[in-house]
Amino acid sequence: MRYIWLIANKEVRTYFASPMAYVVTAAFLAITGFFFVASVSDAFSEASIRGFLAGAVFFMIFMSPAITMRLLAEEQKVGTLELLLTSPVREVEIVLGKFLAAFITVLAMILLSAYFVIILFVYGIPDVGPILTGYLGLVLYAAATLAIGLFASALSPNQIVGLVVGAGLLTGLTIIDFVSERVTGVTSEILDALQLGASFSVFDLDSFGVAEAGHFADFARGILSVGDVVYYLSITAVFLMLTVIALETRRWR
Amino acid sequence: MIQLEHMSKYYGPYPAVLDVSFEVLKGEIVGFLGPNGAGKTTTMRVLTGFTPPTHGDAVVAGYNVVSHSLDARRHIGYLPETVPLYYDMTVTDFLSYMGMLRGMNREWINERVPRVIDTVRLNDYRNTLVGKLSKGYRQRTGIAQAILHEPDVLILDEPTIGIDPIQVVETRELISELGEDHTLLLSSHILPEVSMICRRVLVIHDGRIVADDRPDNLSERLQHSERIELTVRGAEPRAVIGEMRELPMVVDARRDNRAESMARAERDGTVPLIVDARPNVQATEVIANKVIEHGWGLVNLTPLPLTLEEIFLELTTEEDLG
Repeated sequence: MRYIWLIANKEVRTYFASPMAYVVTAAFLAITGFFFVASVSDAFSEASIRGFLAGAVFFMIFMSPAITMRLLAEEQKVGTLELLLTSPVREVEIVLGKFLAAFITVLAMILLSAYFVIILFVYGIPDVGPILTGYLGLVLYAAATLAIGLFASALSPNQIVGLVVGAGLLTGLTIIDFVSERVTGVTSEILDALQLGASFSVFDLDSFGVAEAGHFADFARGILSVGDVVYYLSITAVFLMLTVIALETRRWR
Repeated sequence: MIQLEHMSKYYGPYPAVLDVSFEVLKGEIVGFLGPNGAGKTTTMRVLTGFTPPTHGDAVVAGYNVVSHSLDARRHIGYLPETVPLYYDMTVTDFLSYMGMLRGMNREWINERVPRVIDTVRLNDYRNTLVGKLSKGYRQRTGIAQAILHEPDVLILDEPTIGIDPIQVVETRELISELGEDHTLLLSSHILPEVSMICRRVLVIHDGRIVADDRPDNLSERLQHSERIELTVRGAEPRAVIGEMRELPMVVDARRDNRAESMARAERDGTVPLIVDARPNVQATEVIANKVIEHGWGLVNLTPLPLTLEEIFLELTTEEDLG
């Protein structure tokens, strides 16, 4: 446990010592801000954060792997992984520490988006329920995407490979409904069950399609379902385990 | 302190190390000598628990590196060949972080870090970013992290490779000092370096141990002849070669055809030769007398040490020589 905090602490410092964290935060707030403004600027708009959530869920497909790509790829490239793996630290502690660092960084980003909510309360009477479940969903979604990104980062010493593989996996899990629509029966149900968050109807600014697709849909509507929570936690756990396995098999290569 | 028993390590179908067994006792300083690709780094990675052996066992400080990996790792200080460091941390921060990773507590770290920085003579750079240090100072930072947690066993992979000659000398001195209170395994592909620091040498070639001896024994055993560089002025090359060949202890004499020597000879108008003499007969003295006797100018007379390539040739063809 001590080592997890130690590694997380060091990585968070590294994030905020470089321009990376600030640049990504700025991009995150700018893009989600655009979606938010577009969703609330009509005359009869609903005072909700669904536009913000749509933007965030969409942007994290690229942002999460960009945040995690350095974490394990660079250790492999510079060779410091050899220092880590010859210290009395377990692989699982390394992986959890790295994950926690990325998660804390993204949490800080999400926290900064709170001013959207303040704007809603100043100019309208928003429904508090969907805002709370929406944020909870976003935090869970972020954890799942970061775990996938971290796994991609463990595969190769090349950060770009980590970014592309991570974004590729996330895109695949996002557009899975294109496939599930075209098959029937159990296959379709299984594929639907894997749908991560947004679908490409996210570009449909009228409906903010994110709410209509995947496990994120109910969170955006203000419905808290155990199945969705379990789904995101499972994806997070499975990919963190795969990351540990990827690190362990590195020893044998 | 270190025990390897019938250890083999395969990468795919290719063996990097094949059936290697050796033991290093407490307090020994052992040099691990071999050309690039001989299996030195692989052996060290097995000992430090970075990569598990395919066959056989490795025990360090009484702990099996596979089944009790964490315990073994606590007792090892390791400097990998590439000297990996976190470039965006200062020397002090880096060492504190490494200390915590080794499970040291705050007090111990606060006491050890300044002392270790002093040992490797980095006092002026304690708050410099590691990325801004010169290669030699990075090497010292690497050594500092290896000795930080007062490990029983110190494993240094090519600690003097790629740094400038003055820093090489300083690093060797530092390693010799460390050898006084650590069990030390040090790899190198430079024989004089190993003979300077170590009291025992393991020679590895193609993944097998081909020799395990004291360095002086090793070179004596291998020195079938002594090679001498001789340069004279004001003489016919053929005449000098003839005279040299007549000396009883000289095995052979020939022109020195190395580009560097030829260029110097052309510039200075001298005659460069290579003389092979029987070992341990003070051949240089006799050769010097001979040159002076003929009234030639003696410009250079230097015994050449055997190069590592020659040692490997000798070791790998030793059986044929009887």
